[in-house]
Amino acid sequence: MLLPDLIRLTTSSFLAYRLRSFLTGLGIAIGITAVILLTSIGEGLHQFVLAEFNQFGTNLINIQPGKTQTQGGNVGMFGSVKPLSIEDAQALRRLPHVEYVTPGVQGNAELRANGKTRRTMVSGVGHEMTNIFSMKVQTGSFLPDDEPSQARAQVVLGAKVRQELFADMNPLGSYLRIGGQRFRVIGVMEPKGQVLGFDLDDMVYIPTARAMELFNRVGLIDIHLSYKATTDSKSMVSAIAALLKERHGREDFTIIPQEKALEVLGSVLDVITFAVGALGGISLLVGGVGILTIMTMAVTERTSEIGLLRALGARERQVLILFLGEAMLLSALGGLAGLALGVGIAQALHLLFPAMPVHTPWLFAVVAELSAVSIGLVAGVMPARRAARLDPVEALRTE
Amino acid sequence: MIRLENVSRIFAVGDQQVAALRGINLDIAAGDYVSIMGPSGSGKSTLLNLIGLLDRPSSGTYRLDGGDVTDLTDEQQARVRSEKVGFVFQAFHLVPRLTAAMNIELPLILAGIPADERKARVAQLLENYGLADRADHRPDQLSGGQRQRVAIARATSMHPAVLLADEPTGNLDQTTGKEVLNLLEQLAAQHVTLIIVTHDPAIGGRAARQLHMVDGQITDETGRSP
Repeated sequence: MLLPDLIRLTTSSFLAYRLRSFLTGLGIAIGITAVILLTSIGEGLHQFVLAEFNQFGTNLINIQPGKTQTQGGNVGMFGSVKPLSIEDAQALRRLPHVEYVTPGVQGNAELRANGKTRRTMVSGVGHEMTNIFSMKVQTGSFLPDDEPSQARAQVVLGAKVRQELFADMNPLGSYLRIGGQRFRVIGVMEPKGQVLGFDLDDMVYIPTARAMELFNRVGLIDIHLSYKATTDSKSMVSAIAALLKERHGREDFTIIPQEKALEVLGSVLDVITFAVGALGGISLLVGGVGILTIMTMAVTERTSEIGLLRALGARERQVLILFLGEAMLLSALGGLAGLALGVGIAQALHLLFPAMPVHTPWLFAVVAELSAVSIGLVAGVMPARRAARLDPVEALRTE
Repeated sequence: MIRLENVSRIFAVGDQQVAALRGINLDIAAGDYVSIMGPSGSGKSTLLNLIGLLDRPSSGTYRLDGGDVTDLTDEQQARVRSEKVGFVFQAFHLVPRLTAAMNIELPLILAGIPADERKARVAQLLENYGLADRADHRPDQLSGGQRQRVAIARATSMHPAVLLADEPTGNLDQTTGKEVLNLLEQLAAQHVTLIIVTHDPAIGGRAARQLHMVDGQITDETGRSP
């Protein structure tokens, strides 16, 4: 039997039972729609989150005190985790290929100005912070390159803090009390908006040394650095590790290249996408059961036709292929309809709610269609085998 | 052409063994016109199915065209059916959703014959059986006689050596029945071996050779060719 004839024959039975075929295909279509829609949203979320992180620039490395990946015994009372210091950051700054470094300390403190108070995030940073995270100063200037031990009590405001405390006034040159200490406002940041629910504008920036003093800390929370694109993160990580090991005498720190963090995040998001896709897959399974049901009925109804085909010289295999073909045609058409529907709804959602990230990779579409066809195949196998194994004489006698 | 030697066919019905055919010996030459008559349950349809390779003997041997076809696999049986045997049934057995032309084309499709050759053959058959203007009609739009003509056209589309007809006129009125019989007999005249199963002596009596069956055995034979 030639392929075009197979298609012609299977299509003929498809057309003969239009409503029934439509409803059965609909089951698969709904399943595929669910899979495509859910994975589109999952994948959109994935890309959205990664973009949120990447807006801070690439080639970033974060160094935190304490070794989190140690093997073997507890450090206990004999071990000592030496805190990361501003001097460490300064030493790192002198490494080749390093572009910018900022030693970081964050905490929450009460701000007071103009008779208003506000609790907000206070971030101790180096003067190169803006370069690393591609952030911009709107008015005034960012923190100057002061010697850490003699850092002046200056503060740069986030856009929201400025709005809340100074409203329409020009805050430059005014004084702000942070946890009881007086800081002079020298700049205001451009609004950056929220990142994953974290308001970057509701924040003030002061020199790291001042923040350590304010929060009574002996060490940094972390050090961020950026390196030139001419080198790769691996060699950068080993250079940093070597330097810090030399300074600390042991590996009591953790280096997290952004690449790796993104990788981990990416794989977490992949799992989410996969999980929602699997949820959609359940409805696809139900669609498969629909095909199984309809094909089982078809074999019973067309028993005498099967007998006839055998009498006309059809081999068992040809009968099998005819019924499998029908099941696969049903699911393939249902799958295509589902694809169109899924992508359509996803795009419509995106139009209605522009904030909602939606993305349908081609691969998903192809995989969804293939899984629809294979579900048809699997659902068709049992009835098709039954059809193929019918005794021709018995089958012919059935009316 | 067809040679059955001591062929039996036993069915298991529940835990009982029922012999539908018992020790049948039969020789049919190429181009013979044979009718098999007998009451229902006499085994005539079973014999026809056996000859048409839809079934297998429980014992004995069956030679078709000189070759032993007793123990063919299902696949081999199907090939022989496709190439050498045409069936005509009482209930026509047309596929209801296919047009007359496509019903005729079915055996050619199953045999994998290329489309252009098929087209020519189907057109010729439609012409021969006076169905040219009915080519695109579906079976439910055809009269009984037309349906059986489609079925005969289909049975002959692969140019079979043997044509097996099981009560071909059973669902037709007298006149159309006669027409259909004439068609079949024309084929027999063209050196096709024609075997008709019927319970109607008026129809069976037209055959050159008439076999009578009772209880799975051939009891009587008339008009035997030498």
